[in-house]
Amino acid sequence: MDKLLNDFSPGLFVVQTILLLLLIFLMVKFAWKPILNSLNEREEGIQGALDAAENAKKEMENLQADNQKLLQEARLERETMLKEARELKTKMIADAEEEAQAQAGKIIAQAQEAIESEKKAAMAELKSHVAGLSLDIAEKVVRGELSNKDKQIQLVESMLGEATLN
Amino acid sequence: MKIFQQSFKFITLAVLVFLSTSIYAKSSNEGEGQVSTKKEVEEYILHHIQDSHDFSLFSYTNDEGERKHFGFPLPVILWTSEGLVTFMSSEFHHNDDGHVIVEKDGQKFAKIHSKIYELESGASEVSFDEDHHAKNAHKVLDFSITKSVVGVLFVGLLMFFWFSRLAKQYKNKQIPTGFGRVLEPLVIYVRDEIARPNIGDKHYRKFTGYLLTVFFFIWILNLMGLTPFGFNVTGQLAVTACLAIFTLVIYTVSGNKDYWMHMLWMPGVPVLIRPVLAIIELAGAFLIKPFSLLVRLFANISAGHIVVMSLIAIMFTLKDTLTVAGATGLSLVLSFFITLIEVLVAFLQAYIFTMLSALFIGMAVAEHDHEHEHDENGHEIPDAEDVRENFI
Amino acid sequence: MEPVTYNLIGAGLIVIGAGIGLGQIGGKAMEGIARQPEATGKIQTAMIIIAALLEGLAFGALFLGK
Repeated sequence: MDKLLNDFSPGLFVVQTILLLLLIFLMVKFAWKPILNSLNEREEGIQGALDAAENAKKEMENLQADNQKLLQEARLERETMLKEARELKTKMIADAEEEAQAQAGKIIAQAQEAIESEKKAAMAELKSHVAGLSLDIAEKVVRGELSNKDKQIQLVESMLGEATLN
Repeated sequence: MKIFQQSFKFITLAVLVFLSTSIYAKSSNEGEGQVSTKKEVEEYILHHIQDSHDFSLFSYTNDEGERKHFGFPLPVILWTSEGLVTFMSSEFHHNDDGHVIVEKDGQKFAKIHSKIYELESGASEVSFDEDHHAKNAHKVLDFSITKSVVGVLFVGLLMFFWFSRLAKQYKNKQIPTGFGRVLEPLVIYVRDEIARPNIGDKHYRKFTGYLLTVFFFIWILNLMGLTPFGFNVTGQLAVTACLAIFTLVIYTVSGNKDYWMHMLWMPGVPVLIRPVLAIIELAGAFLIKPFSLLVRLFANISAGHIVVMSLIAIMFTLKDTLTVAGATGLSLVLSFFITLIEVLVAFLQAYIFTMLSALFIGMAVAEHDHEHEHDENGHEIPDAEDVRENFI
Repeated sequence: MEPVTYNLIGAGLIVIGAGIGLGQIGGKAMEGIARQPEATGKIQTAMIIIAALLEGLAFGALFLGK
């Protein structure tokens, strides 16, 4: 301990203190401050560039997602349009069918009506014909009766047998 | 490229070892002032560990038996009882035991073991007592440009040159070129591994300048101690004491309210114990921390120098038992590997000094804005930070 | 015995103590690293700091005794 204290040089201590103070001051002013500032700037720059790249990537992803969405929407729209068209088609067909059926029904009814009326007219004609015929027969019968009784009867019978009532 | 660099390092180290051995071997010839016995080696090493007033590279004895010294003298600046005195160290003629007396302005000076003594008036020669202390002379305040001061100046200029050039490079380009590319990662290392984690993101910028200066100052000086120029700047108590006191001043000045609170009136302990703790904490902050900082650096570097030089001295001390070739080979191998370890120690000591400085500063500026957790009895549960603080 | 010898014995004791301490620090740090290799950096830093504190203590004792 004594030897160490003997070795300790106060003069060197003072000189060293002055020199170290000077060195710290000069280094801080001319070296460390600019170096640390530029390092910080550079690191911030790098960080900024990285952030920008990250943002760009995110934006790109968003854009892609948007595109995907648009595509999806377009596809959906197309599908709905197709579906609508298909529905329209079936509806149109059904409508046409229905109309046709109604038309056909109407035509058939009209035809039936016509047939009925023709039939009625025919029947009426037939009836009047039959009435005329029967009147003729009756006339003839009456005339035959008037000439020959037996012959009259025979004639009526033969006439009746000949007459076909249809 | 890496292989090239490593081989370059290897060659540099080998050259360093060879150079240092060659320089010290110069004084191994027979004659006056040479180093060959164990006692002389010990004296030589102790002399080297101390600061010196001249910058001697090597010395030898020529054929006429004359001692030749290679190196250059340095100015001696003294503050004596009668004011400032300056002269060149060459006036002592490399004498270190007080026999050469330099007379200036009526005052007489002698150099004994690298210390300059002023002779009391009337005395013409230094007389020693039986413990080899000078009886009629006293030490003077010595502001000389000693070898250590030269080292400090050299390192300061070197650092200033390197780093101001690096700083200038950033004006034009983002990434430095040349040697700046080596320095930049070191700066980032100190900032990100030492300053930021220990001081905290909020305050570290204020102290990074000091930490960087101290780190590179110590590291380069430690490495310079391994060169054959024989600097031992970080092995000078005055230098390490100055560094430690700078750290002490910085963490004392920048300590916040919490720091003083925790030191003087520790919360969360019984009132009776608080004064005792305050004494311990005060001693820790003002004596133990700086003392351990200064002694660690000083002792590591001095021990390194002593070990390397002792191993180099093997070639003289074991010359008789192992033959010249054996002793030289053994000394070369051992000193080579120890030098490698010393390169690591040079970095480690700079790192530890900076690290501990950052840690102490970080403890002084740490903010305790969080409320301490309390258990159900109202006692504080110490968090990790407090435990750490109490520990160191 | 001479006082120098006492000093040497004291220095030896200090070195033994510091050696045991450094061994403990190193060993435990290795265990920690083996258990949690991802925390290697933190463990090493803490290890170096504690080793430095111990070293400071040992050197302090050595030089006070010298």
